[in-house]
Amino acid sequence: YEDEDNRKKRLLLPRVSYLTLVTDKVKKHFLKVMKQEDMEEMWFEYEGTPLKWHYPIGVLFDLHASNTVLPWSITVHFKNFPDRDLLRCPSHSVIEAHFMSSIKEADALKHKSQVVNDMQKKDHKQLWMGLQNDKFDQFWAMNRKLMEYPTEEGGFRYIPFRIYQTMSDRPFIQKLFRPVSPEGNTHTLGSLLKEMYPAAIPNEVCPDDFQKRYQVVIHGIEPLLETPLQWLSEHLSHPDNFLHICIVPTPTD
Amino acid sequence: MPISLLWAVDVHGRVYSLSTAGQQWERCHDAQMEFKRVTAARQCCWGIACDNKIYLNVHASDLPVRYQEEAYENQRWNPVDGFSERLLPSDRWQWSDVTGLQHQPLDSFQLPSSSWEWEGDWYADENFEGEPTEKGGWTYAIDFPATYTKDKKWNSCVRRRRWLRYRRYKAMDTWVKIPSQQTSLPDPFSDISCGGWEITEEPRGRLSLWAVSLQGKMWFREGICHHNPEGSLWEEIPLPGEVVQISCGPGDLVWAVLWEGQLIVREGIGRDCPKGTSWTVVDSPTPDVGAIHVAVGVNVVWAVTKDNKLWFRRGVNSHNPCGSGWLSMVGEMIMINVGLNDQVWGISWEDRAVYFRQGVTSSELSGKTWKVISVPRDGDRSQSRASTSNGVTCYVTSDSPEEAGSAAPSVLEEETVPGEGEVKAPCARLALSPSQSEGPLDPQWSNVDLEEVQVQQAQSGALLESADTCSLSSVATYTLALDDQYGADEHPIWAWVSGGGCSVDSHSHLNWFTSSLNTSSLVQSFQSMSLSVTPAQTTAWRRQIFEQLSERTKKEMDNFRHYEQAIEKTVWVKKGTMQWWRDWKPHKWIDVHFALEQFSGPDGNKDGIIFVYYNFYDEKKYLHAFINEITILVPVLNDSKHTFAIYTPERTKQRWPIRLAAATELEMHDWLALLSVSCCDSRGIQGPPSKQAIWSITCKGDIFVSEPSPRLEAMPYPTPCDQMFWRQVGGHLRMVECNSSGIVWGIGYDHTAWVYTGGYGGGFFQGLASSTDNIYTQTDVKNVYIYENQRWNPVTGYTNRGLPTDRYMWSDASGLHECTKTNTKPPSPQWTWVSDWVVDYGVSGETDREGWQYAADFPASFHGYKTLKDFVRRRRWARKCKLTTTGPWQEIPPIPLCDVTILPCADQSSVDVVPLWAISNKGDVLCRLGVTALTPAGSSWLHVGTDQPFKSISIGGASQVWAIAKDGSAFYRGSVSLQSPAGQCLLPIRRPLDQVGYYFIIIAIKRATPFASLLNWGHYCGFVVMAVKVWIIADRVQGTHSLSCGTVCHRLGVQPMEPKGASWDYGIGGGWDHITIRGNAMDPPHIRLPSLTNLSASAPRSPLLVRNTEVNGNAVEC
Repeated sequence: YEDEDNRKKRLLLPRVSYLTLVTDKVKKHFLKVMKQEDMEEMWFEYEGTPLKWHYPIGVLFDLHASNTVLPWSITVHFKNFPDRDLLRCPSHSVIEAHFMSSIKEADALKHKSQVVNDMQKKDHKQLWMGLQNDKFDQFWAMNRKLMEYPTEEGGFRYIPFRIYQTMSDRPFIQKLFRPVSPEGNTHTLGSLLKEMYPAAIPNEVCPDDFQKRYQVVIHGIEPLLETPLQWLSEHLSHPDNFLHICIVPTPTD
Repeated sequence: MPISLLWAVDVHGRVYSLSTAGQQWERCHDAQMEFKRVTAARQCCWGIACDNKIYLNVHASDLPVRYQEEAYENQRWNPVDGFSERLLPSDRWQWSDVTGLQHQPLDSFQLPSSSWEWEGDWYADENFEGEPTEKGGWTYAIDFPATYTKDKKWNSCVRRRRWLRYRRYKAMDTWVKIPSQQTSLPDPFSDISCGGWEITEEPRGRLSLWAVSLQGKMWFREGICHHNPEGSLWEEIPLPGEVVQISCGPGDLVWAVLWEGQLIVREGIGRDCPKGTSWTVVDSPTPDVGAIHVAVGVNVVWAVTKDNKLWFRRGVNSHNPCGSGWLSMVGEMIMINVGLNDQVWGISWEDRAVYFRQGVTSSELSGKTWKVISVPRDGDRSQSRASTSNGVTCYVTSDSPEEAGSAAPSVLEEETVPGEGEVKAPCARLALSPSQSEGPLDPQWSNVDLEEVQVQQAQSGALLESADTCSLSSVATYTLALDDQYGADEHPIWAWVSGGGCSVDSHSHLNWFTSSLNTSSLVQSFQSMSLSVTPAQTTAWRRQIFEQLSERTKKEMDNFRHYEQAIEKTVWVKKGTMQWWRDWKPHKWIDVHFALEQFSGPDGNKDGIIFVYYNFYDEKKYLHAFINEITILVPVLNDSKHTFAIYTPERTKQRWPIRLAAATELEMHDWLALLSVSCCDSRGIQGPPSKQAIWSITCKGDIFVSEPSPRLEAMPYPTPCDQMFWRQVGGHLRMVECNSSGIVWGIGYDHTAWVYTGGYGGGFFQGLASSTDNIYTQTDVKNVYIYENQRWNPVTGYTNRGLPTDRYMWSDASGLHECTKTNTKPPSPQWTWVSDWVVDYGVSGETDREGWQYAADFPASFHGYKTLKDFVRRRRWARKCKLTTTGPWQEIPPIPLCDVTILPCADQSSVDVVPLWAISNKGDVLCRLGVTALTPAGSSWLHVGTDQPFKSISIGGASQVWAIAKDGSAFYRGSVSLQSPAGQCLLPIRRPLDQVGYYFIIIAIKRATPFASLLNWGHYCGFVVMAVKVWIIADRVQGTHSLSCGTVCHRLGVQPMEPKGASWDYGIGGGWDHITIRGNAMDPPHIRLPSLTNLSASAPRSPLLVRNTEVNGNAVEC
């Protein structure tokens, strides 16, 4: 594909959105250069890995390509949809349903679903439209309600998080985890990983093992392990209200 | 909420305190004695030690306890000696009190106790009724007693002068014995309770202290107040029976328990009679089980019966101190204590741990659940300290012997070990017990020494079934051995707790319940410390995230800006329905559709338009305003609607904002937050206010800040001040003061001092419009006043039946609006009532004993006594309401302030100490130490001794401090510097028009409150002033609507040679209360004359006529 210019398309994608939501332009572009009968459902692949559209774009990038040179080149396929690996995405309403169910799931963890259930249909729509149009203000005007919590409780009931890694077949780790320990101590990113994925923490037993084996990446950055989990959940969650944490092997060079 | 202390005593008599911010019981090491009981107030703690004497521990404060002694020296003129001490035989003493009736030579003044010291020697007072006198301080008159003047006249035959000397209470933070009375008290004390500080504020710091003796008699300590913390003498209170325990609430509730198990309630307690007049007996909750313990608050009564059951009294308030009935509560306690805000603590019968009642609010006074306070004691860490004395007398309150025995089984086991030698010293103390010295009481209930304990223990098994027969409340003294092993008890056994000084409420965040296990394990507390995030770490992780994010943006975005956007930006519209106060007459609220359309402006800034769609005679119309034109969004909460006003420069000129009302408070806050973010975006404003920002406050206590443009003071065409953009900052204040190094202080309506933390947002601002740290909870309390009006008629005297033309019998201050006790609501839904209606005696002009003020007719000037010509009277009722919000403010406890001033320094480094002065709400002059740009809160107050109370203070160029006393006299103090932050002593200003001219401006403006006379300051200006900026809050701007009261005004044309200026430029208003421009010191550095670089001004916007008496320093400050 590389030699022909009209076989490439360059786009600036928002990290927090979904591949199939922002690639209408890609589809339009290839419609022009391809035969209609060759066009089946579009899917994406990077270095042989089919990309799951239902993960936020930023997560896909951090997971598969965090230490590569930008721009990120991914391959577009219109044939041989890998049904084993990917969900089909015939329309935006499927993305909306996925997005809203994520928000509801997150709120069930955070507030026993109280906040999201108190919202009206139009409020839900505003969240979705905010994401679809990449309008942060529009989105946040509604989302801030989902980020509130009673001050005396010191945080959400449980932190909605997902930990991804490329090394295992499990899609991701998701468990119940509170922002504050029963003793009243603030949980940090470190305390979460200690419980969920101890290998990601630099080895405490032999501290001379300086070489970090894994990077813990959220939104393309590596927050310090002492960052409070509640703060991360409030400020570095994706629009679906989940804190997506990618654990990738440290590049060996 | 300031840090305050919960006090407790364990069974070994060790006194501990637990801070509301702490996580550990701190041992009161100062106590040489072991204590039996303590009772705390905010400012002190009283206790009964094991010698049965009463001890007092006054908490150290930046404000010293200082008492002014005065004596008058009288002289008469005779032709031979001139004025001499030779007086006529009929004259007064040569040294006397102010009346002349009491002989008072200077050497007759003695320190009241060893806890006091003299502050200096006697000196003559050279200030007379606010004016400085001639040297020597003499005042002259024709004869004694007469009117004195400071000038000597031809007919002045006598003269006198006042001598002053101060004594200071020095025994702070230490337990001192209250000197026993000359008429020795009959027997030792067994219980003590203090309270009553809410009955009246006069005199300051007044407390009621009640004590019960072992014989069941009751005593009241007279004369306790701020400058007499020890009180003066004990007075016996007659009783209907023998009392074992007493509890006194912060207000007028006093309950006590009789030996027989009934309770008695003191009636008739009031402002004029803190002791009360009579007792009413209330039966025990259950007829067959008597009460042994009672605890009262402001509106609550809790009791414990002899079976350790817990009871809550329904329907108690100050009109009905007896309440209406008992409610059984969950829990078994040996004692219970009610502290501030009716919060409740108890000591459990089962494990002797201190429990806190959670969920006590003014609407749910009985609370929800008991929660154990499980924090370690500092003694647990170093146990050796705990065993310095071999024998300890411990006091256990219990209702029955078997319970006492079971409560201290380990104690008794210890004692059975022979050869410990534990009985020596304590036995000597026990000799005081009434069972031995006063003859037998009920034999089961006398104090018992070691042998008796063992006997009782032996008996206790047999007595188990017959609990009631022997149960009477009791006091039993056990002697026990204390060794290291026992000192290390992992399970503290508490005997007494007092929350009278502990200020917590349902909003407080307490760290007392960290561990669900009731242990005080050292390891655990260390773990919690190591895991908790310290501020240094906080900044590290935060910085790391922001650095990485900006790096990521650089890497992923900046190089690819030319790429096509995957999503095209579109216009975004938010719509809603609101009500709009329509522009044309008749003005009324009409339903409208409201929309905000946002788009990206040409320069990349976001911009927008707001639309109000309305119907005009069935025709659809709209009005609009550009977001970048909006100068301010002001919430105008009133009791019926959630409204806000939108101003543009044009609408500021017209004094006619777009007024909109949202359906709910939440909706209004949503809109305000969104519009505010849009306005800031369109002007490119984000983050915290700059150091040069101008701060202002509305009469509702909302805080606004404006970034001054360099052209604001430009000559000859400055930016009109109606074009200034104001944005709101969270919080609630009455006044604010800042300087150009970014130090900002505020004072709330409840006189609490607050310091700006450097954050922004808070309140209804959420998300990006608010900083994530530096935002704290802020509360404020203010009074709502209504007036009760009555007219006299010959038949019935004063009644609430007025003439048809009269004002409402319950009204506001103007009399125009009816305000009854029931229909008066808090100022807005943000406020909630926190007290009941009470008569306000503090109204200006005196009142009679019932708070009435009399006048010939409405409306007229009222006075505090009744004359024959008075036909109407009124009295003021006050009710407190409280607001809780958030904002970038942190409290500076504990001294309440009424005025604060900061030096407007232009070019200083962040480590230089900045002079900051304040006046406490009692009139003390204070200087804050350690204030720098990095530590704006400073470290502590330095009290500056003065002879009289002050009301206003201001610090100007060349670090000179100017202050006005409550009697109107002006004072000045030079050379306040780093080395001596308090400067020299405050000197009275003798010649107001001397060469140091500029200060008089300040004083002139400060004292001339009405707007018109404010213009006269130029009259005093015969001197050179460089670069003065004058901003005021004008009471009334000519030719505008009633709304315009309290308008920000900028004086134009003020120049060095023209200090009077030329004209006023009107800015935002009305409804403004206060402004400070001291941060905006943008003068060129070469003008460094000792001149006033800034004048900021404000005037109180109250419509009251009492203006001149309420100048109170917020008129103008500089």
